[in-house]
Amino acid sequence: MSKTITEAFEEARDEGRGAFIPYLTGGFPDEETFERLLLALDGNGADLLEVGIPFSDPLADGPAIQLSSRMALERGTTPEGVLNLISRARKTLQCPLLIMTYWNPVMKMGLEEFAARAKEAGVSGVIVPDLPPEEAEAWVTAAEEYELATVFLVAPTTPPRRLGIILSVCRGFVYYVSLTGVTGLRSEISQELLLSVRGLKAHTDLPVAVGFGISTPEQGRSLVHAADGVIVGSALIRLVLSQQTPKARVGAAAHFAQSFRDALTMGASCKGSEEVDAS
Amino acid sequence: MPRWQALSDAPRAGFHLPDERGRFGPYGGRFVPETLMPALEELESTYEEACRDPAFFTELHELLRDFAGRETPLYEARRMSEILGGARIFLKREDLLHTGAHKINNTLGQALLARRMGKNRIVAETGAGQHGVAAATAAALLGLECVVYMGTLDMERQALNVARIKLLGARVEPVDSGGRTLKDAVNEAIRDWVTHVSTTHYMLGSVVGPHPYPKMVRDFQSVIGREARKQILDRQGRLPDLLVACVGAGSNAMGLFHPFLEDPVQMVGVEAGGKGVQSGEHAATLACGTVGVLHGASSYLLQDAHGQILEPHSIAAGLDYPGVGPEHGHLKDTGRVQYVTATDGEAVSAFQMLSTTEGIVPALESAHALAYVIRVAPKMPRDAIILACLSGRGDKDVGRVYQYLEGEQ
Repeated sequence: MSKTITEAFEEARDEGRGAFIPYLTGGFPDEETFERLLLALDGNGADLLEVGIPFSDPLADGPAIQLSSRMALERGTTPEGVLNLISRARKTLQCPLLIMTYWNPVMKMGLEEFAARAKEAGVSGVIVPDLPPEEAEAWVTAAEEYELATVFLVAPTTPPRRLGIILSVCRGFVYYVSLTGVTGLRSEISQELLLSVRGLKAHTDLPVAVGFGISTPEQGRSLVHAADGVIVGSALIRLVLSQQTPKARVGAAAHFAQSFRDALTMGASCKGSEEVDAS
Repeated sequence: MPRWQALSDAPRAGFHLPDERGRFGPYGGRFVPETLMPALEELESTYEEACRDPAFFTELHELLRDFAGRETPLYEARRMSEILGGARIFLKREDLLHTGAHKINNTLGQALLARRMGKNRIVAETGAGQHGVAAATAAALLGLECVVYMGTLDMERQALNVARIKLLGARVEPVDSGGRTLKDAVNEAIRDWVTHVSTTHYMLGSVVGPHPYPKMVRDFQSVIGREARKQILDRQGRLPDLLVACVGAGSNAMGLFHPFLEDPVQMVGVEAGGKGVQSGEHAATLACGTVGVLHGASSYLLQDAHGQILEPHSIAAGLDYPGVGPEHGHLKDTGRVQYVTATDGEAVSAFQMLSTTEGIVPALESAHALAYVIRVAPKMPRDAIILACLSGRGDKDVGRVYQYLEGEQ
């Protein structure tokens, strides 16, 4: 069995790094390449892996993840199919793996069934962006029974009153949404974002990872001054799409993961000095 | 003071839903990304506050009367009743409302709420274009910026309304994803909203979406049923035997049905049967769907075995939606309302019949309700009363109907 989510964050911290968490849509661009991409990310710098179960109407996602979801669905990818792919890859993977999906496919399979199958496939946690804590009681019960961490999102619009509700059910890590918007690319990391992440960390002992709009290693480096990890999805999907052959895609993804790991190592090492500057 | 307020102080069973979590029985709720949760809480509290503010209702009432043209007539379709040889048919003439459909009842209310929240930008989705036109109209009236998302297939089918929306000063954003219809327009409108949530109000056009939309839109549309109930009681001294309305996502039907829920009146919602429910090409969500979550609420959906949303089909762009309002789901389960279907062909026949027998060209959406009236009226006694909602006028559909009839012949 591989590391737990907590262990993966601890290991990165002990090695002076921010955790790198790449996202890939399950079954994209095709099943075989997906599996190779997953292994390449795992072996070249990822600390945790996030795999999307594609949904026909991904309303928290921008164009890149929408496209990858559509491509996977057009190839006949199903929730069971993605779990099977994970299960097979799991035997070689070192990183803990989380599922990202929307609520309807989970509901359709059945909460218990989904949790049981995810556990069986070797999944460590689940992220459902359209399931706020107020609607999550039944799911959280099922997830806890199967020892799955449910990671909830905190947004820039989240008021302090909601933060308490979210943190009371959130497990594994907290997913901080870097921008008010859908997933996709953004240009720079603002001081405000760093302050928000530090503010959030003051309220929780869980690691905080930042996602939505992180596309370059430089952005990741700035972010780990405050955050424990960064989640990168759309930029990776675009990179995969920009390459023509499976081999080139896998090579590009491996290189991408290495650059992020290097950047996150350097970023975290000047964490202390930044904090002094900021205060 | 308007009869509106009868609504908020009516604790009778059936009127009390949704509960504080936005649930109608097992349906409804609030399934949205965290970024939007505070905006929904703000909308809910603004709406509740407005409901307690007589000035809000006075302003809305005046706009509905002087700007939109309420109350709308209740018209007895005598020739059509005569030809069908059964029940007397009364039509609630929402088609005579400004902008040509019931949608303006809701957009005026929501535009006032947007102004109350200090939001100067409106996003809206549209299928047939009627809600897009009504949203653009309300935005123009109150000086708000307005962006309307519309699937490119619907833009082709409803070109007239695209032009109207633009003339009203709103921007039309074409949506090219999925089936390029209403569902896809809702996705994009929500993505826009999540990106600009601090300045933008999402003017959702039907009784769907996360709480408080299904309740709020129903309340704004209930003016249809409240007026109709009073009109029929004043004129006939009794309640109708049967209410009929078309159901896409379900706002005109909820608006008509809700004030009658406690009355001994039968109600039928008519969904789009498309090319026939056996063909798989339809939008009959309640008749053929299963329970799931789409666009922020739990209700019936058209979905496959893996929870992927299916592409619906209807000749009426306003019914071409794979979901339905959560309250309809509840009314179906409790048996209070029956839901049936009418095909594209039946809707076109009804469209023609109302045009030639009464001189009223109905929207293709409303023609689905009429198709059921045509089916059932002859089986009812001559003193029975059917009250159907004529939710919109059919100018926008003239080209489409011609195209359909030519294709058939």
